[in-house]
Amino acid sequence: MLAKRIIPCLDVKDGKTVKGVNFINFRDAGDPVELGKQYSDQGADELVFLDITASHEGRKTFIDLVRRVAARINIPFTVGGGINELKDVDALLNAGADKVSVNSAAIRNPALIEEIADHFGSQVCVTAIDADWINNQWICYLNGGRIPTEKELFSWAKEAENRGAGEILFTSMKHDGAKIGYAIDALYTLSVSLGIPVIASGGAGKKEDFRDVFVQGKADAALAAGVFHFGDISIPELKEYLKKEEIIIR
Amino acid sequence: MKPEQSHLPNKVNVAIIKYNAGNIYSVQCALKRLGIEPVVTDDKELLQKADKIIFPGQGEATQTMRYLKAQRLDELIVNLKQPVLGICIGMHLLCQFSEEGNVHCLGIFDAPVLKFHPEKQADKIPHMGWNTLTRLKSPLYNGISEGEFMYFVHSYYVPLNDYSIAQSEYIQPFCASMHKDNFYAAQFHPEKSGNAGERIVRNFIEL
Repeated sequence: MLAKRIIPCLDVKDGKTVKGVNFINFRDAGDPVELGKQYSDQGADELVFLDITASHEGRKTFIDLVRRVAARINIPFTVGGGINELKDVDALLNAGADKVSVNSAAIRNPALIEEIADHFGSQVCVTAIDADWINNQWICYLNGGRIPTEKELFSWAKEAENRGAGEILFTSMKHDGAKIGYAIDALYTLSVSLGIPVIASGGAGKKEDFRDVFVQGKADAALAAGVFHFGDISIPELKEYLKKEEIIIR
Repeated sequence: MKPEQSHLPNKVNVAIIKYNAGNIYSVQCALKRLGIEPVVTDDKELLQKADKIIFPGQGEATQTMRYLKAQRLDELIVNLKQPVLGICIGMHLLCQFSEEGNVHCLGIFDAPVLKFHPEKQADKIPHMGWNTLTRLKSPLYNGISEGEFMYFVHSYYVPLNDYSIAQSEYIQPFCASMHKDNFYAAQFHPEKSGNAGERIVRNFIEL
């Protein structure tokens, strides 16, 4: 049986893990490769590395980082941030990434999803969507949640699927960082309306939130950052709990 | 599963077939973690004199078959005598025929490659993520427990057949791994399947 996936997400700036100062129980937490390795050893099913660097030099550093991750870590990983065109994807995949995550660039230029799927296969193309509940609908945002768009979550997710996305990574902006649980209703609607896997993001605060997003939200995978980085929840403990709740977990 | 100390024979000459498929670098990295420096090549002499050959990749069947034929790698691969391990699309290409583009493949394994058809809403395609291996029967799976999870990413599958040495289940039971003569194949990605996957790569090198 296919297992539900637990995915820690690491924000990277200029080659270093952001939020590093408060990480507990990890030496070298500032090094994304070592932190990723720790999570992998603890049983993480995949990893996501998001490059939040703006500068051109930072991009080169990130490619180099991806190469080091691929050399050291033996589970799949997705990279995102600053992917605007096919050559960005090519560089990251050549460096050893398994998948890329596109967000704002796909909203601005939806054909990018088709290009990635055609060149590298759908399985490579994760479409990330940041959305917020405004005036009774889920509105998609650009640039890490700073600029609202005309696009509505469910229709954009369906369009992304039709264009060849292999997975949808949905972050509820309202839930993100709030530790109030995932946006279960929206995730349920996404999961039952799409034929591709859905990764839930934003809101994890306790172990029960993961159970709920799998059981009620029907998500295929759950992503979290803070709760893992700050040691609120350890991955082995979380996986034991989910197994007891009869959820299929590796 | 804990990584084990490697006792690989010195200087195993491992070649990875270079062709128009993705994800080859990951296999290279997995071998390097085992202390092996593989050669990634489409050079016929180098391939023929290798001790072990890995035929990896992610890609599309029609395009990869066309490329193999254009490079005359098709003839070379079917005539290899040393152990060969096909991974994912590599496994599909070793079969008779693929529904992905309805293309004739290399025909080592007399089995077809079929498209997954979802039976219910929860059946997402591609089959992506960690799934279990059962009915293990080969030295390739030494040290691997029944029910061990491996990482899969695929939209096409090989049905269960006489060559099956491991099976998995998604929508229906399917063939996760095959063996015939010197040819081995895995639908999952051992190079991405944690320490258990690395053990399988090591088992292959030690065959």
